[in-house]
Amino acid sequence: MATTSDTPEGPFTTGEGVVVETPGEHNNFPPFDASTFASQLLWFAITFAVLYYVMAKVALPRLGGIIEGRRDRIAADLDTAERLKGESEDAARNYEKALAQARAKASTIAEEARTEAKTKADSQRTELERALADRLTAAETRISDIKHRALSEVGAIAGEATEAVVASLIGATTTPDEVGAAVRDVLSERDANA
Amino acid sequence: MATDPIHQFQIHKLVPIEVGGVDFSFTNSALFMVVTVVSASAFLILSARGRGLVPGRWQSAAEVVYEFVAKTLRDATGSDGMRFFPLVFSLFIFILFANLIGMFPYFFTVTSHLIITVALAMIVMGTVVFYGFRRHGLHFLKLFTPSGLPAPLLPVVTFIEVLSFISRPVSLSIRLFANMLAGHITLKVFAGFVATLGSLGVAGVLGAILPLAATVALTALEFLVAALQAYVFAVLTCLYLNDALHPGH
Repeated sequence: MATTSDTPEGPFTTGEGVVVETPGEHNNFPPFDASTFASQLLWFAITFAVLYYVMAKVALPRLGGIIEGRRDRIAADLDTAERLKGESEDAARNYEKALAQARAKASTIAEEARTEAKTKADSQRTELERALADRLTAAETRISDIKHRALSEVGAIAGEATEAVVASLIGATTTPDEVGAAVRDVLSERDANA
Repeated sequence: MATDPIHQFQIHKLVPIEVGGVDFSFTNSALFMVVTVVSASAFLILSARGRGLVPGRWQSAAEVVYEFVAKTLRDATGSDGMRFFPLVFSLFIFILFANLIGMFPYFFTVTSHLIITVALAMIVMGTVVFYGFRRHGLHFLKLFTPSGLPAPLLPVVTFIEVLSFISRPVSLSIRLFANMLAGHITLKVFAGFVATLGSLGVAGVLGAILPLAATVALTALEFLVAALQAYVFAVLTCLYLNDALHPGH
């Protein structure tokens, strides 16, 4: 058990010259063996100082930087996403607006075209109607002229027919004036009866 | 010797060094302190070597430890306590790695020696006292006089507060030391039963099943204790540092 046969006698010899700890019979329980304390403390101080230095100067800043960078990156990405979302919403709103404007414009244009076409058609129709009415009036005038003429010729024709009829029936010769008077009497009588 | 449960705590000289009559030999304890520091540093530096935005397994583990200690410290002391982050992190990672490395068979457990846990505790208490007086001057002593107390009670309470402050490093160091020591001794004793009973023939082999199962279960428990004690030490460190930062209770 006593492996440390070369334990220095210095620190374990008290001022009174009493040897507290001697090789071979030192403390059986290693954690309470004071002869190892100095060495343990020294090496602990060295190793822990190195660990602290490495942690504080290299490992922790690096890890912290990575985590911080990721957090920043995520925040930036979220910001960008938010911004793009806003932009797309604006674009959608603008599109809707443009669409509504276009629709309104289209409907006014259609309305104007319809009104224009209607007025044009109306004017054409009235013109046509007027022309037709003019022609109708002209035709009616002509018809009544022809009728008047025909009627006036009817008397002469009737007179000649009457002369011929009278001559063949009774052999009497009649003057056109007599016949004409008789025909006029009959016609006027018929007109009165009509 | 092999079944002696205390043997595992023996310190051997690997490189004898003596300065002015004092023994500063490089021992197995010192070797495992170096192993602890090197492996902890390697873990934390190599894992973050890629600086990945999306962490891999090792980087993820290192980040978890980092965030865990940072959150513990921030919760206990507020954001101005983050100046102590490298200290708390170093303490935590040193104890954690020393405890875990000590779980390997034939490996030396650095934290099973009282002088090391005392040194760890004194780093904490030294920081608390030094920083407390430097930052608050004599106001740091308000730590021992809770406000709003009736005058007759003040001496009693102050006495209790001083006593509790002095007992802090004691409990801090003994808790870690005793946990590691007792756990390793228990493991060794139960494992020793297995070897002893196993050499006694068939009945002995059958009888060894129970201590073997106990050894397996205790090993799992010791891994838990190894991590838990590192955490407890770090949490208490944070609480004590909070006293240095905000002594007015």
